[in-house]
Amino acid sequence: MLTTTPNLTRPDDSYAALIAAHDGLTEAESHALNARLILILMNEVGDHATIAEAIRTARETTGSAA
Amino acid sequence: MTIQQRYDLAFTLYPYAHSPDQDAPGPRRHKVVVVGGGPIGLAMALDLGRRGVPVLLLDDHEGVGAGSRAICFAKRTLEICDRLGAAGPMLDKGVVWNVGKVFHDDRLLYEFNLLPEDGHAFPAFINLQQPWFEKFLHDAILQAQAAGAPIEIRGRNRVDAVTHDDNGALLDVTTPDGPYQIAADWLIACDGARSPLRSMLGLNFDGRVFEDNFLIADVRMNAPFPTERWFWFEPHFRSGDSALLHKQPDGIWRIDFQLGWNIDRKHELEPANIRRRVDAMLGPDVEYDLVWTSIYTFQCRRMERFCHGRVIFAGDAAHQVSPFGARGANSGIQDVDNLGWKLAAVINGNAPDRLLDSYDAERVQAADENILNSTRSTDFITPKSTVSKLFRNAVLDLAAQLPFARTIVNSGRLSLPCTHDGSALNGPDDPSLPMRSRPGSPCPDAPTPEGWLLNRLSPGFTLLTIDADAPDTTVAHGQTIPRLALTAADNPALASRYLGDAASAVYLIRPDQHVAARWQAHDAPAIATALARALSLEPAGC
Repeated sequence: MLTTTPNLTRPDDSYAALIAAHDGLTEAESHALNARLILILMNEVGDHATIAEAIRTARETTGSAA
Repeated sequence: MTIQQRYDLAFTLYPYAHSPDQDAPGPRRHKVVVVGGGPIGLAMALDLGRRGVPVLLLDDHEGVGAGSRAICFAKRTLEICDRLGAAGPMLDKGVVWNVGKVFHDDRLLYEFNLLPEDGHAFPAFINLQQPWFEKFLHDAILQAQAAGAPIEIRGRNRVDAVTHDDNGALLDVTTPDGPYQIAADWLIACDGARSPLRSMLGLNFDGRVFEDNFLIADVRMNAPFPTERWFWFEPHFRSGDSALLHKQPDGIWRIDFQLGWNIDRKHELEPANIRRRVDAMLGPDVEYDLVWTSIYTFQCRRMERFCHGRVIFAGDAAHQVSPFGARGANSGIQDVDNLGWKLAAVINGNAPDRLLDSYDAERVQAADENILNSTRSTDFITPKSTVSKLFRNAVLDLAAQLPFARTIVNSGRLSLPCTHDGSALNGPDDPSLPMRSRPGSPCPDAPTPEGWLLNRLSPGFTLLTIDADAPDTTVAHGQTIPRLALTAADNPALASRYLGDAASAVYLIRPDQHVAARWQAHDAPAIATALARALSLEPAGC
């Protein structure tokens, strides 16, 4: 079951850490970092149904790039 | 018309001999004709013959083709070959390996040990050159023939035309002595990925074509070299997306180089060019001889249906997969395992023709599973988009340091037999018993005081009881089913594979060693009903 209600203990710090992780990286390096990060978080979640729901949710969320 | 040798032979096993059928005034009728003398055709003839079904095998060659080709034979294949009396020599000659190394570019990412599960007669798989696999099947045919099995093999008998109707098939066969005709009640096409029979019948073979070429080099090492499987992603020696090194018997190592699509085959097969790749892979100081080289391509596809009236397709003729995961020959042997007892039951009048519908359903299910697995491996090894390559390389980068990512690395998944969930032949389940032996599953092996469990199952149906009371034989629907009575006391492997938390269990096991139905206690009417279902005596869905 995917958690979509607030669950981050320190949302501002976590978000800032995510952005800071990309400092000084080329676009290619940033993409690679994102991919590694997704895989690490995917393993943290573990449960396939939850991961599949997260993927579906991300895919269905209309973004500015859409 | 002459019979051309399409390939060189490793072993001449069944030289052409003139058959009285060729002098008969009209076509002689045979119960079952198998076309194709590869591993699937040989195993098919062996299985039917051992069941007492007269079978004639036609092959356009006189033995086993040269070249290592399929070299990885999985546990289930060995178990089936053991049932057919052929596994002993395979295991004696085959190479077992447990240590693998995974490289990316010029970097060793990690090593692994397969740590196979204890309590099985056979290892997870062996490496063995296909010609030896076929020769051992043929040796078992000779033994079966000596014991009276009605198997006949005709070499240099090439099928050039076929017609079929509700009663069987009529074949035009060409031999060195000229043409003749054979009639067959049942025709089994085991004539390989390019199946001439499939083409003659105008049947389609749809799926995904992968634009890739693989170069095989079998090399004999002149010095000790470790028995390990080495897999490279994007190897530093210029070789497309992957390369694979693993050991075969007789000091031979098999190397597969993925070359890509637009290649000059002649150039790539020049020994000097092959040596340049092999030198780069093995390092400068390794001495070796080139034994056999070949270039092949592959597809992932299958026929829509494997049964066409009385013409039945098995093995690569019915379905083809990528080489990753060794699912070609292994799945074909499981086709044989599935089809043999069913066709025998139909021919002997113990089951209606519609039992064969379950061959179609179960083996199409297995083919789809194999195609899915081998397609996923192929897509991991050869990413099809920028983003899939990004993720693939992220997995490899993580795998060098973090164990979790190694579970995602996919250089071919171990070939495991299909569990036929949802099969029309499956009877009731007791869900408190272990998942891995649910109806539709191939029985997991286990040690027993009197030998391996699978070895003690009957060639027909078996009633396996574990710490449960039951009569010694069950007679129902024309079958006399022996009971195999075991206890799980002091047998943790048997307990964990067949009992779980239950105190007792009763399994109805099919002749192909798949579970038909199971209960916690003996129930004669339920067993008879499940048997009727497993023989398709009741229409599916009732």
